[in-house]
Amino acid sequence: MAAPRLFRPAARLLPSRLSSTPLLPNFPRVARAPSILCSRGYASEAGAKEVTVRDALNEALAEELEGNEKTFVMGEEVAQYNGAYKVTRGLLDRFGPKRVIDTPITEAGFTGLAVGAALAGLHPICEFMTFNFAMQSIDHIINSAAKTHYMSGGIQPCNITFRGPNGFAAGVAAQHSQDYSAWYGSIPGLKVVAPWSAEDAKGLLKAAIRDPNPVVVLENELLYGQAFPMSEAAQKNDFVLPIGKAKIERQGKDLTIVSLSRCVGQSLNAAAQLKQKYGVEAEVINLRSVKPLDVETIIQSLKKTGRLMCVESGFPMFGVASEILALSMEYGFDYLTAPAVRVTGAEVPTPYAVGLEQMSFPQEDTIVNQAAKLLRL
Amino acid sequence: MILLADSRTLYRSLLSSAKIPRRWGSSISQRPGSDRVRFPGAVNSKFTTDMEFINPTEVSHIPTYRVMDSDGVLVDKTRKPLDIPKEQILEWYKNMLTVSVMDVIMFEAQRQGRLSFYMVSAGEEGISVGSAAALTPDDVVFAQYRETGVFQQRGFTLKNFMSQLFANQHDNSRGRNMPVHYGQNYPRIHTISSPLATQIPQASGAAYALKLQTLQNPDIPPRVVACYFGEGAASEGDFHAGLNIAATRSCPVVFICRNNGYAISTPTLEQYRGDGIASRGIGYGIDTIRVDGNDIFAVYEAMREARRIALSDGGKPVLIEAMSYRVSHHSTSDDSFAYRARVEVEDWKRRDNPIIRLRKWLENEGHWNEDIERDTRDQLRKDVLKEFGEAERELKPPLRSAFEGVYEEVTEEVQEQMQDLKRIIETYPEEYDIRQFKDGINGL
Repeated sequence: MAAPRLFRPAARLLPSRLSSTPLLPNFPRVARAPSILCSRGYASEAGAKEVTVRDALNEALAEELEGNEKTFVMGEEVAQYNGAYKVTRGLLDRFGPKRVIDTPITEAGFTGLAVGAALAGLHPICEFMTFNFAMQSIDHIINSAAKTHYMSGGIQPCNITFRGPNGFAAGVAAQHSQDYSAWYGSIPGLKVVAPWSAEDAKGLLKAAIRDPNPVVVLENELLYGQAFPMSEAAQKNDFVLPIGKAKIERQGKDLTIVSLSRCVGQSLNAAAQLKQKYGVEAEVINLRSVKPLDVETIIQSLKKTGRLMCVESGFPMFGVASEILALSMEYGFDYLTAPAVRVTGAEVPTPYAVGLEQMSFPQEDTIVNQAAKLLRL
Repeated sequence: MILLADSRTLYRSLLSSAKIPRRWGSSISQRPGSDRVRFPGAVNSKFTTDMEFINPTEVSHIPTYRVMDSDGVLVDKTRKPLDIPKEQILEWYKNMLTVSVMDVIMFEAQRQGRLSFYMVSAGEEGISVGSAAALTPDDVVFAQYRETGVFQQRGFTLKNFMSQLFANQHDNSRGRNMPVHYGQNYPRIHTISSPLATQIPQASGAAYALKLQTLQNPDIPPRVVACYFGEGAASEGDFHAGLNIAATRSCPVVFICRNNGYAISTPTLEQYRGDGIASRGIGYGIDTIRVDGNDIFAVYEAMREARRIALSDGGKPVLIEAMSYRVSHHSTSDDSFAYRARVEVEDWKRRDNPIIRLRKWLENEGHWNEDIERDTRDQLRKDVLKEFGEAERELKPPLRSAFEGVYEEVTEEVQEQMQDLKRIIETYPEEYDIRQFKDGINGL
């Protein structure tokens, strides 16, 4: 099942010989670089340059393929077609068909094959056109990749990286718009990362490939084309981020906003609005890693601000936000001065129509309004 | 669960029955001196002393059934004449043209940003129209997403198509599903599901249900399920599971594989080795045929016969592999000239496709000519554009439907939200333009 395969919405953004008109004016890409970054002036920092998330991922893949001959990339359309979302662009030309491998439309087949290769000692990077299609092969990811190391008594490691876009994209409806952070985050034996910026993308993907465990890298299609400043250090080929460490993207003293993936950008914009409208200083934590979860950073921040809000785009029940709220109660109950709040996707299969779709996920004003309510402003 | 005390008696009864050797009627054993295998897994295989592996490239390929050639001329001069009324053939032709005309317009409309997504079926209209023509209205269809012709042939109107594409108030899915994910209550076509190949085992299950319904109530006319998919989908595990379960449970289902040469960018050479999809049907013990998908007569006749076979012997599955060439891009999100030559596509478009072939036949028979063709195309174009414009201007579903559909009864929280929304709209009427929604404020 892997369907669209049906859709390759990213291809819409690429120059096409067919289209003379600008594509999809009625589908505004809601994700933009948060204004907070502009005011911070990252781009003017010495040596920093603007890099899209797509290019950062491509760079990470190229560097790891270059540096470790046990790695290879496998997935639907990753080679000849340069990837459905062009993340693997140029890799086939550079590393050849033994390292960059196209597959038939058989998620169960190529995921199983990649897991087998990992159990045999290689370091595969398994790309899903989107994580929605990984449902066809989730048995291999969870029952084989995640558990074999433990069940074998430690003699059978599985060094594999699963990556691809996760969460909702624009106009692809229920069966292609789903956030799997909570699904994979609940499995012992897996590591799960969810990058937001270009630096996150590069550092976390490289860490995932190098990590001896199975790691799920949950990217976001709407972020692929977004450019972020990338520091000089991150441009080097030895740049790796630690898995399990969150990043405080914005310092604050009044409210802690914990978020991941694309919602980090929205939370930063919301924090800027909170400052402008109410003079409130919100601290924004970019989780980066869903599992292991950086509980310490969250609780330290909570101790400082006394108020906690979690923003994510998954469904409301049993989600990442539910988990963080539970942890805040277990480890930081005495520091909370107000009930913690979660802002999540709506309890509805993602609808197609653009108006309904927007209402199904947290928007910046949802975050601002909920924060104002929490702070009784 | 067996309690301890009982297990002893059970054990004893097992022991006593073990004394009398019993053999079930269906049990199989190897007879001494037999020249054939009588193992449970293969009951009629001859022994051989030649160790020979079967090399699939040396086995002759499954032939492709065709009725007329690419010039629209019936190939077999000795066959009995087509038993299809002229009016019916003209209707098929117009249905194929309708799909083709609509595809061109909607593809352009997507390029202009008027809808987010569209999938055309150029080159494959013959398979969907021809096969659907052999179904009765009571038969059930599971389609993939390139079978617009099936909907057209089964009475889906231009208004139905356009309402779904523009997600207006007449759209069954109320803006919740992607464009081209059509569905229809009667004649029954299950709503299109994006994940590939999931429809295949589901079709087997639906066929099993139809079979049981007819067994329980003989007044219900026997029905089959028609299940469509592409050769790419046949790589998914669901294909294999679906065919095997249909064969073992004797489900009256006709599987129609549109083998159009490409799964997005992946050519069949990289999709599978072996003799197409048809060769797999034989492996599952399923009656199988390969047909020329550009020949609507061949598709129709094969489907009609497949339907008969599917209902024979209390029900059994049939596989049809219909060969064609995907003239179109995979979808509006794809530019296929990145992986295949434009000249190859142009060649197919010009030289052989189902519409041109049937047109040649019609012209040979004197039923059609250049003038009728031009007038028909002009009229269809006008009809499509009219429905297009109307559907685009049509009211959206009522505001209420944004809140409905997850629970049968709207939850209290959601009711509160609806009341809040109503209050806000009524307080600030100039801020919200609700004229585009059915029933305006009363739609809440």
